[in-house]
Amino acid sequence: MAAEANNVASRSSLLLALRAAARTALIAFGLLLPLIAFRAVHDIRNELVLETRWPLFAAFVAIAFAGRLLWELLPRESLKIRLAAFARAPGQLLSAAAACLVLANVLRLAAKSLADTDAAIALAFTYLFAFATFAFVIGAVGAWVIRRYPAGTETGRQRRHQIGVGLRTGALGFLLVYPLMLFWLAGSQGSIKWIDNFGIQILIYVMLGWGLNIVVGLAGLLDLGYVAFYAVGAYSYALLAKSFGLSFWILLPLAGILAAFWGVLLGFPVLRLRGDYLAIVTLAFGEIIRLVLINWVDLTNGYAGISGVPRPSFFGIPFTDGPDGFAARFGLEFNAIYRTMFLYYVILVLALITAYVTMRLRRLPIGRAWEALREDEIACRALGINTTTTKLSAFAIGAMFGGFAGSFFAARQGFVSPESFTFMESAVIVAIVVLGGMGSQIGVAAAAIVIIGGTELMRELDVLKAIFGRDFDPTQYRMLLFGLAMVVIMIWKPRGLISTRTPSVFLKERKAVSGAHVREGHG
Amino acid sequence: MEVFVQQLINGVTLGSIYGLIAIGYTMVFGILGMVNFAHGDVFMVSAFIALIAFLILTSWIGAGLIALALVVVLIVAMAMTALLNWAIERVAYRPLRGSFRLAPLISAIGMSIFLMNFVQVAQGPRNKSIPPLFSEVIVLFTVDGYDVTVSYKQIAIWLTTGVLLLAFWYLVSKTALGRAQRACEQDQKMAALVGINVDRTISITFVIAAALAAVAGTMYLVHYGVVSFADGFTPGVKAFTAAVLGGIGSLPGAVIGGLAIGLIETLWSAYFSSDYKDVAAFSILIVVMIFLPQGLLGRPEVEKV
Amino acid sequence: MTLLRVEHLTMRFGGLVAINDLSFTAERGHITALIGPNGAGKTTVFNCITGFYKPSEGRMALQFGDPAVWDEIEALTERGQRGLECRAGSLFLLERMPDFLVAQKARVARTFQNIRLFPGMTVLENLLVAQHQPLMRASGWSVLGMLGLPSYARAERAAIEKARLWLDRIGLTERADDPAGALPYGAQRELEIARAMCTDPVLLCLDEPAAGLNPSESAELARFLRTLRNEHAISILLIEHDMSVVMEISDHVIVLDHGVKIADGPPDVVRDDPKVIAAYLGVEHDEVSQVEAEVGL
Repeated sequence: MAAEANNVASRSSLLLALRAAARTALIAFGLLLPLIAFRAVHDIRNELVLETRWPLFAAFVAIAFAGRLLWELLPRESLKIRLAAFARAPGQLLSAAAACLVLANVLRLAAKSLADTDAAIALAFTYLFAFATFAFVIGAVGAWVIRRYPAGTETGRQRRHQIGVGLRTGALGFLLVYPLMLFWLAGSQGSIKWIDNFGIQILIYVMLGWGLNIVVGLAGLLDLGYVAFYAVGAYSYALLAKSFGLSFWILLPLAGILAAFWGVLLGFPVLRLRGDYLAIVTLAFGEIIRLVLINWVDLTNGYAGISGVPRPSFFGIPFTDGPDGFAARFGLEFNAIYRTMFLYYVILVLALITAYVTMRLRRLPIGRAWEALREDEIACRALGINTTTTKLSAFAIGAMFGGFAGSFFAARQGFVSPESFTFMESAVIVAIVVLGGMGSQIGVAAAAIVIIGGTELMRELDVLKAIFGRDFDPTQYRMLLFGLAMVVIMIWKPRGLISTRTPSVFLKERKAVSGAHVREGHG
Repeated sequence: MEVFVQQLINGVTLGSIYGLIAIGYTMVFGILGMVNFAHGDVFMVSAFIALIAFLILTSWIGAGLIALALVVVLIVAMAMTALLNWAIERVAYRPLRGSFRLAPLISAIGMSIFLMNFVQVAQGPRNKSIPPLFSEVIVLFTVDGYDVTVSYKQIAIWLTTGVLLLAFWYLVSKTALGRAQRACEQDQKMAALVGINVDRTISITFVIAAALAAVAGTMYLVHYGVVSFADGFTPGVKAFTAAVLGGIGSLPGAVIGGLAIGLIETLWSAYFSSDYKDVAAFSILIVVMIFLPQGLLGRPEVEKV
Repeated sequence: MTLLRVEHLTMRFGGLVAINDLSFTAERGHITALIGPNGAGKTTVFNCITGFYKPSEGRMALQFGDPAVWDEIEALTERGQRGLECRAGSLFLLERMPDFLVAQKARVARTFQNIRLFPGMTVLENLLVAQHQPLMRASGWSVLGMLGLPSYARAERAAIEKARLWLDRIGLTERADDPAGALPYGAQRELEIARAMCTDPVLLCLDEPAAGLNPSESAELARFLRTLRNEHAISILLIEHDMSVVMEISDHVIVLDHGVKIADGPPDVVRDDPKVIAAYLGVEHDEVSQVEAEVGL
């Protein structure tokens, strides 16, 4: 009897799953028919003609069907429980990590012997599994800490605090030796890309994220035009360095001050706006600045941008190949990597300054007022806080860091054009702040690493070429996946990666404030 | 004078397109209180759907039946875009309803980025241009050799906009659906308590918004004869400006705002410099937001203490 | 001694007259209650006094220090100035000041009908935000604080000490490091009062502090307010519906109905005023005497 009932139940659940899958496939059919099945291309006479891609279209619809079917049939709840139990056991995680390592090496060797010409595939596998191993090890250590030192007890708290300090010191140490280590491991040819694209590029966005975090995360003012200040910093440096020949170290603070000035200028009229309105107005400001940069050709050279922007020197010693150059002075052989390394350390220091200043400000009355503003503006006014100047100070300081980052960007590229300051950039920075968890500096840094590192990694994934064919270009899918990831992460964690808030001051002990209580501000 | 009249004609045409997109912003804002950032890109996708449908039809039937073909194209674009926007709401916004306020906005920005890049990857980054349609013009009058003209295309756009707006106005003001929508705007919980299916009402709002955006997209294609994957952002922001100018939440306001933005843009281009026409639109947005945040027809918001 | 003098206060919203030609005074060291049926305009009076609304007409003057500065009021009004601060005393024309200055300079603190704490900040942080102004000065508008000067650290320690004092009084010391949003309702009400007290006010405006409290909590609140008045020489302006609290602790009661003052006096006098009873029962006042006669009062 029971077996029969079970049978009926499973048959009907299969039917239901099939029906749901069919519905999904039908929707996918409708959604994808116009733009996937057909493609409008220009022929030789430059007239539009249609191409069809039925196999691709059919594949997508089939994937939708199969995916939904799998989703419906998987015992999700029990899987979740099992996974959670697995993740709690450090030993299992560590052995999984070891298995990953072994598997990665086996796969790498296999790939190498299969296609010895295509070393890229092997490399990609290595990255992939190294990443998985890394994730497992982190998970194992986390699980171990949670079990070993429960949060409830006094010693547990102390140990957790020590571990936190240790982790932070370790991360800082890693950041300090990162370029040297790469240089030592991969040589100047191999490491320059990793220092530049992954080190410098990510650190710029970490700094921008931390700067914007003051405005969005602490003060609760949603600024969608942050890129404007980045642009002000970049163009200030480019124009002043080119026309007056001032050095990077003089122009860096100047660019920050100019950006802060613009922050106040733009901030002043818009601060009484609330919510999405503030977001749209700041977006409009960002666009206006970009359009002015495009159209004021006399000053900015329009779309073409400004090239030949002076590169920073090592406190007066240029990174050139010559008797006065950095390499010659220090008795080294000339190598372009010295400049890249120097730039890496400059942006690292700038980012750390941003973090330090923000951390200090949070514990001062001004920082507490910012957060109070985010929580309840009217209560702030009733307590005698001048909300206008408080908001302006957040705007100005956020803008200042944007300006610093901008002037660094101009100096690093040696070239600025309006292309670099589109709304897309603002969206990326806001996404970093929100995905990281508003207000959390660690979260913002993690989000910047995931988002920027992830999209940069897309450039490297030549392995996809092996799957999808030679003319497959992974870079054009970068932003596509980026947009998708934003949606997915928001649905997965609407409050970002780190949603708890650390109090700025405590009487007995510092307890994290759950995200459920923290407000997001109305700006 | 003659230039002015000509620009007036062109501006109203452009304004109808903005107005149709603006309704989508205003409806969604009214019911969910969020700026549907992806709406401009939905409009762009609809123009691409119209383009594909147009190419399919013209390769089947002769050029003589272009008018009929366009009606079919319009209907196909409306239906397909409606499906798209329904799916977007279902996947990207509904799970975030009642959550952290910024989450749907970020999700919408992500969706906007996704749609733009999806079209770029699926259809290629080049501008797609179709041969000009209905380019015959009627000369209204001539002053000093300057012809003030109105094209059949423009007349078609005005007529379609007018008819669809009337139908739409009937839908939201005279039917049970419209009442349900207004009830959800006021108080979703209460609406649910009196038996309104809130989820369905919101879905229908997105469907209607997308259908109107698709009308705008088809017209954009017919009017300009060219469309590219990046064409969602700027018209989207301008249409949002129109919605704000008219008073966000107000449907007639969206149409009036759209016309105003269209007129300002064409007149600015004619008399000042077309380089700065977008700067003008954005500046209007800022000025309106600061000095007239409730817009022309919106209700003023009183700060609750 | 008069602390607050409200004269001919009128507030119109479009065509609606929320307050019509209201005049009253609040004495120093007194608890002055503002009562009346729902929609009588009590909260609007508070919003005008605390600067959240700009009144349509009228003058609201607040004075502390030497009462002799009251003599300056006409001259001040003539000169179009906001207020006068000298060593002897201060006089402010509240209708000319934006909300945050009313709190900062005129030292008027308030609470809200629907509690407005900073729910994501800890209880202690809530009380420190209230001391923003002195701490801001001590941190040299953040410059000295950034440099880590000891003077700021000292000021912060003092601020925490003051916060702890208030936490001890309302019995929330144990929960100092919990988020304010996690406190039970009654504790949130008390914390809001303590936060207002941390701004060192001369006038404390409480908007329905007993709303949502049970009878024993209300009684405790009444005791608390009385000690505030007796020990801290603070003047309180109180909106309250709970008549047991009002009658027990008020020194003076003002009754509003439809934006107009209908009675003004000591609690026991106001309580028996037929006009007041009529306003509360919603009938004309000659009917009241009729009803009273019928029930044999």
